[in-house]
Order: sequence, then C-alpha cells, then structure tokens
Amino acid sequence: MFRIKNKFNAERDISGCGLCGIINAKKVKTNGGDIKRAISVEHDRGNGLGGGFAVYGNYPDYAELYAFHIMYDNLPAKADVEEYLKNNFIIEKEEPIPTFRTSKIYDHPYLHRYFIKPKSDRPDKLFHELGDDDFVVNSVMLINQNYDGAYVFSSGKNMGAFKGVGYPEDIADFYKLEEIEGYMWTAHNRFPTNTPGWWGGAHPFTLLDWSIVHNGEISSYGINKRYLEMYKYNLALRTDTEVITYILDLLIRKHKLPVRLALTVLASPFYQKIDKMDDDKKELFTALRQIYGSALLNGPFAIVFGYSNGMVAMNDRIKLRPLVAAAMGDFTYVASEEAAIRAVCPSPDIVWSPKAGEPVIVEFEEKNIPQKGGLISL
Amino acid sequence: MITIDAAGMHYKELNRLIREGIEKGIRKFFLENVNGQYYIGDGIKGDDVVININGIPGNDLGAFMDGPTLIANNNVQDNVGNTMNAGKILIKGDAGDVVGYGMRGGKIYILGNAGYRVGIHMKGYNEQLPIIIIGGKVGSFFAEYMAGGIIVLLGLNDSDEFDSEYFASGMHGGTIYLRKKIDFSKYSKDVELYEADENDMNFLKKYLIDYTDSFNISSEEITAKPFYKIVPSSARPYAHLYTSA
Repeated sequence: MFRIKNKFNAERDISGCGLCGIINAKKVKTNGGDIKRAISVEHDRGNGLGGGFAVYGNYPDYAELYAFHIMYDNLPAKADVEEYLKNNFIIEKEEPIPTFRTSKIYDHPYLHRYFIKPKSDRPDKLFHELGDDDFVVNSVMLINQNYDGAYVFSSGKNMGAFKGVGYPEDIADFYKLEEIEGYMWTAHNRFPTNTPGWWGGAHPFTLLDWSIVHNGEISSYGINKRYLEMYKYNLALRTDTEVITYILDLLIRKHKLPVRLALTVLASPFYQKIDKMDDDKKELFTALRQIYGSALLNGPFAIVFGYSNGMVAMNDRIKLRPLVAAAMGDFTYVASEEAAIRAVCPSPDIVWSPKAGEPVIVEFEEKNIPQKGGLISL
Repeated sequence: MITIDAAGMHYKELNRLIREGIEKGIRKFFLENVNGQYYIGDGIKGDDVVININGIPGNDLGAFMDGPTLIANNNVQDNVGNTMNAGKILIKGDAGDVVGYGMRGGKIYILGNAGYRVGIHMKGYNEQLPIIIIGGKVGSFFAEYMAGGIIVLLGLNDSDEFDSEYFASGMHGGTIYLRKKIDFSKYSKDVELYEADENDMNFLKKYLIDYTDSFNISSEEITAKPFYKIVPSSARPYAHLYTSA
C-alpha cells in the first residue's frame, strides 16, 4: 500500500511548504531542469514527504485528448479502472509513466497514463447530456471515490502532474523531468504537519487543466468543503489544497467568471476596503462577497495556479506566506524565496514582492506583459 | 580575512565555517555566490567581525546576532535581524518581509524597500535601542505592536506611494520618524503624529549620517526635509479592550 488516498484520521491536512513557477508567455519550452534547480534551493522548506510538478505543453502529440495519470496500489485496481475507462472512453494510447528508480525514490505505486476522450455513445448518455469536461470531472470523482487502490492525479489536456512522496528534486529525477519539455512549470516542496506523507497528497492538485501548488493552510476548509459538496465535488483527499482546485473549477469553468474575478472571490477585499471603492466597484465586490461568501479562503496561503491560458500567483489578504516574482524577457518566475528564482535566472529584469491578495497573472499571448500585482482595474 | 565560496553549499556547512573562523580569530569574511542559505550570522558575537555577502542570503539573516556587522550587497529574504541583540546589518538592495522581528538592539539599514511587517514587536530597554532605517517604502503592518526602539522611513524612491495598511497598529512604545507627511487619520488609532522638533532632529541626525555614510550617499538631501514623528498615544493601547475604563 502506497497511501495514494488519505486513510488517515485527520479532518484536514495542513502544511508549510515551498513553491515555484516558471512560465514563458510566448510558449517557448524548457525542460524540467530549471524548475528542478529552482525548487531544490527551497529544499529545507519541505521534509521529504511530498514533492511534485505540473507541466503544460508536454503532450503536443495528444493535445486534443485528456491525459489521465493514475496511481494504483495493486493490479486488480488497475483492471477495474481500465474496465471503466474502456466502457466510457476511446483510449488512443496507454503506457506506464516513464520513471527511473533512484536510491531516493524506490518505493512507489504503479503509475500509468492514458490518452483518452469520452465516447459519444457512452452509457451515461441514457440519463443526461454532459459535456466532455463535465463527464471527465465526474469520472475523476467516481474513480477517486469508488475505486479502492486507484487515484487519478492528472486529467488535463496537453499537461500533466508528476508527484509523489520525496523531496521534489528526487521526484524530478524519478519522473525524468529533464527529458520533458513544457512552456509552463510549477513545483512544490511539502512539509506536512498534520498527517504522514502520502503519494496522492503531494502537490500539485489538478482537475482538468487546473493545477494548484499551495503553501499555507486554509482555515475555512469546512465551509469551503460543504459549499463544494453542494455542487457534487467529492473531496476525497481531505486536504485544503484540493478545495482550492475545485473552487476555481466551479467559478471559472462552471460559473464562467473571468479569472480575475474568481481570484477576488478567493482573496476578497475586506469590507473596510470595499466601503472606500467607487459605487460600481463597491456593488460588484459586495455582490461577489454575498454570493460566494462560502468560497472565500481564510487563513495564510500562497498559491501558484496553472491553467491552459496561463499562470497566477497569489497570496492571502494579509500576506502571511512568502511570495516573490521576477521577470526576464518572456519568462516570469514566482517562488517562495528569491534565491529559488536566482538559481535559474541570476539577473532578472525586475524582481518584486506581490502585494497581499493581489494576483500576479501571466497569460499566453503575443504581447504579454506580466501584471505587477497592481490594483485590479475592472 | 577569509573568502568562502558558498556556491551549492548547505547553510549548515557555511555557518560552521563562519563560526569556526570567528573562533580562530578571523575578523573579516567575504562570502561569494551565496544563494538562499539560511541563518547566516545567527547568534554570532564579536563587535569587530565583518561579514560581506555577495548573492542572496536566505531567511533569518543575522537572527539573534550580538555584535558583528553584516553587509548584504544584494536583496535579502525574510526575517532579517530576527530578535537581534547588537551589531549592524547593511542591506544594499531590498529586504523581504518581517524585518527586525522582536529586535532588541543593533541597527538594520536598508537602502531599498522592505516588505510586510517591518519592526513588528521591536523593543528597547535602558541603553538597548534597536534602530531600523529604510530608504524606500514598506508594506502593511509596519511597526505592528512596536514596543521600543526607532524606525525611520525615508521614502527616497517612489516617495509618492505610501499605501501600506495597518500602520503602527498596537504600537505602544518607541518612535517612528517619517520623511513624508501622511494623512494619518487613515492609518492608526493607536498613535499620534507630530512634526519633529530640534531635539528630535539632533538625535536623528547622527543615525542618518551613519546611514548615508554606510551606503556612501549624500546626507544633505535626506536631512534637509522636515521629519514627522509618530509616537504611541498609550503605553497600553489594549488595557481596556475587555473592561470599561
């Protein structure tokens, strides 16, 4: 048993951690060497009980297919899940995720990946007409909840999560990330404080194209969880980071909020600040707080959030976790510590500390300028 | 004098070399290629020890330090001078969050900006007078719960921007000097703003000159402008939080 699901008796899981992100706005690809070097500078922020990476642009040959990364505790679990996948998806390709056993990571679940798309005549069509994304979300929830010994840890298109129990630099070697290329990378070094380390509990957490790495603890977990359960999200892992991923999926994909607005739901301005806004803005922010009060994240956090259009780095509203950003040409870097950025980019054009609750957003576009965490203009 | 190439070195090894060097009588250290090593100069003693740092030192630079001088030629990360007791830290770039947390003596001079929570819970006692001087601007929670010592905010660059929140909330000791007048009603109920008088300026001048000398910059521009002084309105701002006066 490799602890791919949270069987521990803990209401939630909180941790201190280190994080990094690298994005090239023009989609120039780099291999995993840079992100590995950056996160390894933050080695001492973790304790070897969780390391992981998300990469975007790594499956160009299968860009239209959902890339499922699944961990299995045992082979019968694999057979059961594959039965489900065969009934519901066209499987274009499946293979073991390439790994390299090192002296550090030698003990791991069975890791397999599938490039798939939902069948147009799948059985659930008898009951409802779900879009492909919704069906994939339902399938991820179903497998993670009902298939013992199996856990889907990545399900997006042309992106993938690579994670496990170990220090991130060792996890990078284990998954041979230096042989993988992508235009956006995020990384996480975990220091779990309330539960032992387990494979599924490493960051990033992903759903479809969303990926989150997170340093901090969400004290509003209980409220957020109950809110998400109303929308049929299954919070199998009982960790606060999973909650952030699903809130963003709900707000951005389901409720179609622009990314910027969704972020102001997570780290909403305080009412005393809203009171000082112009009438239009005041009305908007008051409405967001009223409608999405249960999606507000309380507690200290720094997150790096990847999605198909770009990357966001953001702090809680009073900056209780570290976050530094830097830009060099088309590259933008974010990290818990400036030294992590300097390890791969010794002389950036600018280095800055994002303000509390004000996101750094970099989207893939031709003339992209990283937004310097200024006041959100709507 | 000793030069240590810290490239790829773990903080434990780097700090061991510094401590052993001091024990052997070395007084001048040059650290090259520092990148993220924590705890540099933590708890070390020796008023004549000088450590020159090239690169980005990691968190808790000079924590509990008791006498030496640290010169950081670039930016520094979080928690500089945490609970520092004596000595001097010169920062030629920007500093991260929580500068001088619970600091009880010595000086921290920053040429650039500093992050959130500068001087939080800083304290002084008798001849122990911790001093922080910041050349640029600061983030929110500046001087929160400040109990003693001196913080000077010069606002040399971006001097128009002063948008930090929760300024000096819960401050109940010490003095803050500002080189720029701010609309104080926006910031804190726990403190009062005055124009600095001649006594204040005489007191301040020696530190400002020490600051400008340390960075080799002109002192005239800095000392020319009038300063404003912020002091707590009460030594016990929360004495009646739960009870009537």
